[in-house]
Amino acid sequence: MITKTKSLKVENISMIIACALFVLMFVAGSAMYDHFGSVSTFLNLFNDNAYLIVVAVGITFVLLTGGIDISVSSVVAFTCVFSAFLLQRGWPAFIVIPVVLLVGLLNGFLIGYCVQVFHIQPFIITLASQFLLRGMCAVVSTVSIPIENDFYKAAALSKLSFKVGRANAKFYLYVFLALIVVFIAYYVLKYTRFGRTVYAIGSNELSAGYMGLDVKRVKIGVYMISGFCAALGGVIFSFYTLAGYSLQNMGMELDAISSAVIGGTLLTGGVGNVWGSVIGVLIQGVIQTIVTYQNLNAWWTRVTIAALLCLFIVLQRIISIRADRQKGKG
Amino acid sequence: MSMKKLTQKMEFKPFVVLLVIIFLCGIISGGDFFKITIVDGHFYGRLIDILRNGSRYAILAVGMTMALGTGGTDISVGSIMAISGAIACSIVDERILQALGGNVFLAVLLALLAGAVCGAWNGFMVAKLKVQPMVATMILLTAGRGIAQLIADGKIVTITNDAYYSISGGYFLGLPVPAFIALIVIVLFLILTRSTAFGMQVEAIGVNQASARLAGIKVERNLWIIYILCGITAALAGIIESAGIKGADCNNCGLMIELDGILAVAIGGTALSGGRFSIISSVIGALIVQTISTTIYAFGVAPELTRVAKAVIVIIVCLIQSKPFMDRVKSLMPKTAKVEAQEVHA
Repeated sequence: MITKTKSLKVENISMIIACALFVLMFVAGSAMYDHFGSVSTFLNLFNDNAYLIVVAVGITFVLLTGGIDISVSSVVAFTCVFSAFLLQRGWPAFIVIPVVLLVGLLNGFLIGYCVQVFHIQPFIITLASQFLLRGMCAVVSTVSIPIENDFYKAAALSKLSFKVGRANAKFYLYVFLALIVVFIAYYVLKYTRFGRTVYAIGSNELSAGYMGLDVKRVKIGVYMISGFCAALGGVIFSFYTLAGYSLQNMGMELDAISSAVIGGTLLTGGVGNVWGSVIGVLIQGVIQTIVTYQNLNAWWTRVTIAALLCLFIVLQRIISIRADRQKGKG
Repeated sequence: MSMKKLTQKMEFKPFVVLLVIIFLCGIISGGDFFKITIVDGHFYGRLIDILRNGSRYAILAVGMTMALGTGGTDISVGSIMAISGAIACSIVDERILQALGGNVFLAVLLALLAGAVCGAWNGFMVAKLKVQPMVATMILLTAGRGIAQLIADGKIVTITNDAYYSISGGYFLGLPVPAFIALIVIVLFLILTRSTAFGMQVEAIGVNQASARLAGIKVERNLWIIYILCGITAALAGIIESAGIKGADCNNCGLMIELDGILAVAIGGTALSGGRFSIISSVIGALIVQTISTTIYAFGVAPELTRVAKAVIVIIVCLIQSKPFMDRVKSLMPKTAKVEAQEVHA
């Protein structure tokens, strides 16, 4: 363990702090409000944010390569609207879900191809994709479409209910889907050639290329993963809301990105992991819950998240400046 | 200036794109697009509309160009617009700082000052703490609207003040006032960047910050200045916008406008990774973005299609500016055409 602490990296420190902060906020919330400190509140963080977890995990891949994907919120919205539309036309769920996932994957591929082959800046091309898909949502339908498919209803309502003390706690099954995604992403990043190439590209794309790593394939791959995760997040979100509306999730890409940043991912690439992003999502969830309990205006959530972002960014900077200095001395 | 020199200018490509778009619009609309009428000594018409509404983008794009030129970015401009609009309108409406008596001039001045303070905060994060610009400005992006709500007390501030309205709706020499404001800003920035060493220093920082520092450029100080300038231009755009809608709507003022601003700069040809920049190109880029929006509305395209149309145009413009893509297109062209193209080029 002693050797471990010596090699504590920036990401680990900020992740530990993020975890500590999460626990602290949860405890503080429990102390302040009745009914807050319960298993059900904790599980609700997952129930309410399962889709964001999936999206944040996907975007983490892109951020790790030093890229950015601001199209995810539109992909989520388009997935919801499009699947609601198809289901309304009587398409069965087992066809609709693969179709929308493919759309996400294809969108990611096109973005990746433009970034890698045509050298278009990720920010611009994902911005264009954001406009395009948000526009397509409105083309499909400008009004909210309810989902009345039996499979979707079953997926939305099937849950594990159990009694903790006197309170009822529930854990929706689609959260498992999100958790499976997190585990797979963790495995891919840590134990596969693809994952290590992602980190290598983020640290230095040129040298990754000189080392003979397949930069092109991996870079297109991360955008496909991000697109796929966003579409899957959209499917989970449509379970959650049982409707598709063209203006939902505006600005959600920033929630996903700030989750990753709070969890220790550097936007320059090369540093971070998916667990950090999950913690980041949960922290935002806690803030939202506290704001709701306090009966404050919704924009307080934003201000608090911004303050937290600020704290974490400054922290990361101090830690990495120190690390640089120590390197300089050694 | 020879033809070749002219085509190699950074401003050339976006300018041609702008002309093509305007002419296409003119042809499709059967000439209505170019019609400019004079009513009460003021000019009216689509082109004037573009000038009026595009000024906001142009002012924003000028500040954004500087930030992007250093290899940074400022995504908080929309929130700064909301803050400055909230401050200006609240003062004019005498909700805050009643001592000023709703003085429009002081209100504008204080709103600009607020923009400078926001910019200084960004500058502090970027220059002093060396945070990546996008993350640094993301803080104000998320918090800014909340701050604006605090200033406006969570309400939409509506005002009745003709002097303030005229900032957006007024006319000077028959042309809309915002166009003149934009012109002044552009000229000031051109002087700053092209008549002093400042512009070159910005480009040096954008190309390689470390070597710029070693070359003796005061990187930190320049970054501070740039983000403060960016904040001021955003505040100015916010004032114009709030004067245009005759009030401050903290939730919607400048919402997602940072994307349009960056888009304008990118269409203008300034690389988002920093280095060579051109303020004129960005202004042209801003006009392109505005022309696209105006045309889409003017042609009665269904509102739900506006985003799609915008996206398609952005993708096309990006692809045209991408060298690998154009090389591919050229290699697909028949050989004779290619030879001719080469001859023309030579």
